[in-house]
Amino acid sequence: MRIARNWRTRQQRYSLVGEVCTECGNKIFPPRDVCPHCTGPAQLPYTLSGRGEVYSYSTMYSAPKGFEEYLPYTVALVQLKEGPMLTAQLTDVDADEVRIGMPVEMVTRKIREDGEAGQILYGYKFRSVLA
Amino acid sequence: MRDVSIIGIGQTPVGELWEKSLRHLAHDAIVAALRDAGTGQADALYVGNMLSGELAEQEHLGALFADFAGLRGIEAFKIEAACASGAAALRVGHMAVASGLYDMVIVCGVEKMTDAIGADTTAALALAADQEYEVSQGVSFVALNALLMRRYMYEYNVPHEAFAGFSVNAHRNGAGNPNAMFRRPITAETYRRAAMIADPINLMDSSPICDGAAVVVLAPSDLASDGRGSGPAVRILASTSATDSLAIHDRRDPLFLEAAYLSSQKAYVQAGVTPADIDLFELHDAFSIMSALSLEATGFARRGEGVRWAEDDGERIAIDGELPLSTMGGLKARGHPVGATGVYQVVEVVQQLRGEAGVNQVKDARLGMAQNIGGSGATVITHVLAAE
Repeated sequence: MRIARNWRTRQQRYSLVGEVCTECGNKIFPPRDVCPHCTGPAQLPYTLSGRGEVYSYSTMYSAPKGFEEYLPYTVALVQLKEGPMLTAQLTDVDADEVRIGMPVEMVTRKIREDGEAGQILYGYKFRSVLA
Repeated sequence: MRDVSIIGIGQTPVGELWEKSLRHLAHDAIVAALRDAGTGQADALYVGNMLSGELAEQEHLGALFADFAGLRGIEAFKIEAACASGAAALRVGHMAVASGLYDMVIVCGVEKMTDAIGADTTAALALAADQEYEVSQGVSFVALNALLMRRYMYEYNVPHEAFAGFSVNAHRNGAGNPNAMFRRPITAETYRRAAMIADPINLMDSSPICDGAAVVVLAPSDLASDGRGSGPAVRILASTSATDSLAIHDRRDPLFLEAAYLSSQKAYVQAGVTPADIDLFELHDAFSIMSALSLEATGFARRGEGVRWAEDDGERIAIDGELPLSTMGGLKARGHPVGATGVYQVVEVVQQLRGEAGVNQVKDARLGMAQNIGGSGATVITHVLAAE
């Protein structure tokens, strides 16, 4: 990810800042300014709790450039308890222990390094909620 | 608005064509299609391509190909809609002829993927997805489809093997298509044993990375039947498209391809047909899960039952089955040169409707449908074609 884009999306990736629609009240993540539910303006920031459950998951054995060294890793669609769904890696869990419906919570982790001299990208991953 | 017909088709073989450059692929298919149409001229050239900048280090394809094919001077440019670029170029060509603006238009779908190495290609294909909130997390395009497949298997209690028939059928048909990348049949056992790419998607669920170019020549239907071309003209009864969110996580229901539903419903209305009238369907089987989801969104199956078309090694979707799918091998076996795929699908429907599909000929084929999907369902373009 390029430096400016990394910087622009830092609030979303570090602290799950989305939006709430002032018309219909739906929570939105990632932020998109027009509510996908009612098309009203949705520009009021709203920080999501980071709690949710696994909607689906996949363990990858082939990666895009820049992610090869982390293989294999598990990605998921996470349904947040406030409603929105997002795409993220799962962490601190064995691939064969992941289940659909598993409760998860957001943690901040290293996503990738852009080579030895490049930036280190941090962002959200999700881990199993400890009972 | 005028009716539009396809008066010429051309295609290169699909595969790892290291001896051919991007421009040579386009040239070969354009020249073949113009010869088939019985003409040497055209008013415009629309190019469908997704990744030439990323993988072939070349943009500005319209002017390049027009010049290279001996058509310097005509209007020409590239249209991009991820994996639906080919059908998107055909949509634009259709508009140009239907509107009365042009009488002879070339539509060329082309992709050159194999000059680049694997990880670069994987990264390039992921450009079809949301860069900031999907791809930035390390998810590949295959993995996005895997997320859909896993959820589908969970919600409808379907085992992975249930999808085998889609791939078995595609490879069976690829064996009879001289232009297909894979020309050997596979068994359900081959499917079960294939290497995992992004669990649960394995190599036999996935279409291959490859090169290829396909072309159609369009003309108004009332000018198309002058007997100039080598084959009978095929009429475009419907040309429609629709969109959905780029990211799967932004969809109202990730397991329903809303754009495929909208695009096909518009197509049925435009053509005045129902799914039951369709004699063959070139669907977007980039991954076997996409076949199941497409069949459900286009009205050939109820929710959760699209996968049932794959039963018994795809007997009901075979050439002599109830609903022949991927009749020349589909994306899975003919190959999926992404920006070219939508035009290949239409070229193959034309072959079927002209009765030129050889050993893969669907008997009495009168009405064919092609559906090209961009990304994981964000752009969906449907064409319905009829034999004149």
